[in-house]
Amino acid sequence: MSLLGEDIVTEDGEFVINIGPQHPSTHGVLHLKVWLDGETIKRIQPHLGYIHRSIEKMSESLSYRNFIYATSRMDYLSAHINNQACALCVEKGLQVEVPERAKAIRILMAELTRLSSHQLWWGCTGLDLGAVTPFFYAFRERESIMAIMEETCGARLTQNYCVPGGVMYDIHPNFRNRVKDTLKQIRSKFNEYEEILTGNVIFEQRTKGVGYISAEDAISFGCTGPTARGSGVSCDVRKLFPYDGYEKLQFKEILEQGGDCYARYMVRMAEMKQSVFIIEQLIDNIPEGEFQAKTKMVLKLPKGEFYQRVETARGELGVYIVSDGAASPYRIKYRSPNFSNLSALERMATGTKIGDLVAIMSTIDLVIPDVDR
Amino acid sequence: MTTEEIKQSVSALFPDVTYDEAGEFLNVLTDSKGLKPLMQALRRNSEFDFDYLFCLTCIDWKTHLTMVYHMLSKSNNHTVVVKAKIADVNTPEIETVCDIWETANFHEREVFDLFGVKFINHPDLRRIFLDEDWEGFPLRKNYVDENMIEI
Repeated sequence: MSLLGEDIVTEDGEFVINIGPQHPSTHGVLHLKVWLDGETIKRIQPHLGYIHRSIEKMSESLSYRNFIYATSRMDYLSAHINNQACALCVEKGLQVEVPERAKAIRILMAELTRLSSHQLWWGCTGLDLGAVTPFFYAFRERESIMAIMEETCGARLTQNYCVPGGVMYDIHPNFRNRVKDTLKQIRSKFNEYEEILTGNVIFEQRTKGVGYISAEDAISFGCTGPTARGSGVSCDVRKLFPYDGYEKLQFKEILEQGGDCYARYMVRMAEMKQSVFIIEQLIDNIPEGEFQAKTKMVLKLPKGEFYQRVETARGELGVYIVSDGAASPYRIKYRSPNFSNLSALERMATGTKIGDLVAIMSTIDLVIPDVDR
Repeated sequence: MTTEEIKQSVSALFPDVTYDEAGEFLNVLTDSKGLKPLMQALRRNSEFDFDYLFCLTCIDWKTHLTMVYHMLSKSNNHTVVVKAKIADVNTPEIETVCDIWETANFHEREVFDLFGVKFINHPDLRRIFLDEDWEGFPLRKNYVDENMIEI
């Protein structure tokens, strides 16, 4: 990819600029080559791979217990949910029955992860659009979730808490009380979130009608998660293909019809409340019993293919394992939500102004290590 | 549609395809020549209406390559997996499905980058993750890198 030696102005009079790979608004090492006519975007070409580690190739030489830890480094803001997807896929192959207690703990952790991820996104969106305060407000609440994670899992970001058959350890004795305190704190702050950003005139003007994508395009580009639900596409894996006992819980799939940045923003804001609602249902009803099913030391999946999808904070993560009966996968594919969501960026941003690109990227909520894997 | 109904409808249009039902989804097996018309029918016929291609990848079986397409229909709520065998491992080629699903564009570039499969009629077939001057295709089983150390 040559950056130098190319004409800055094309024959059609379009101006070519490079955004990234080191740019604060790209939230990671994403490099966008943008063709501009004045301030209007004509074309976008993402250049990927700055953080490509070939996790799929690495996993081919790791055991079924060990490959899970590499996935914490894909979408690091949904690390627990990535681990859960891999654990579920291995369990599907081994046909292990996971104890009810482990399932409940997994969901609790997954929803806490989603909450913290959306909070970080909310803060960053504010920051991208010129409001500095939301970032500090979001990190204030997020910190208490991180502390819960640290206490039970031993890590704040890359939890590595899910193992095939359940979770690694039982929850910390303080877990229930701390989660309840945190939820109380977060619930009291939702109004503050709405006041400071949602109703703000500048914010509305920067996001309403910007970065539109239709429902048909969103499906065709393989968009999932809040990005697609902002266009009214029903795609919540927790509802459509429930796993780990989501079918027993009461919650709503949030859909907005706008298809623009504001709709995607509203979906995530409402999803935070749904996550709180899910945790409240479970926190006093964690079943007693084992936290891990008994499994063999060396796991060997039978010959065949296994596919498992979960809903991460950004959309549908698919884990596709092809096994030849050995102790490590023959081929593993991660269908990452960000990779497909990013592919729709050009459709959303073409025709808008360069300043809107930041708002669009912000509401897709990209995590670049998940794009590059 | 149930699995049996999908099988009947596909067989009526494409008598040559075979099926594998060992896994979670119905697998429709074809070859690199028969892929494109099958995919067009699966997308455009309203009885199938597979509008969401949720996973596109490749598997290297050493003797041949297999392209794997996972598809879901949002309206009919059924899933199917299409597998296309590419017999020629040295110069693998297959028709693109970019014009049917937009998401295939990036995913096919990824397969081209890591497996070396050439997609005929792809609008922008370049490496997506690795450098343009990278030699070899890392996810192929015969790939050797002198920097790789056996542990």
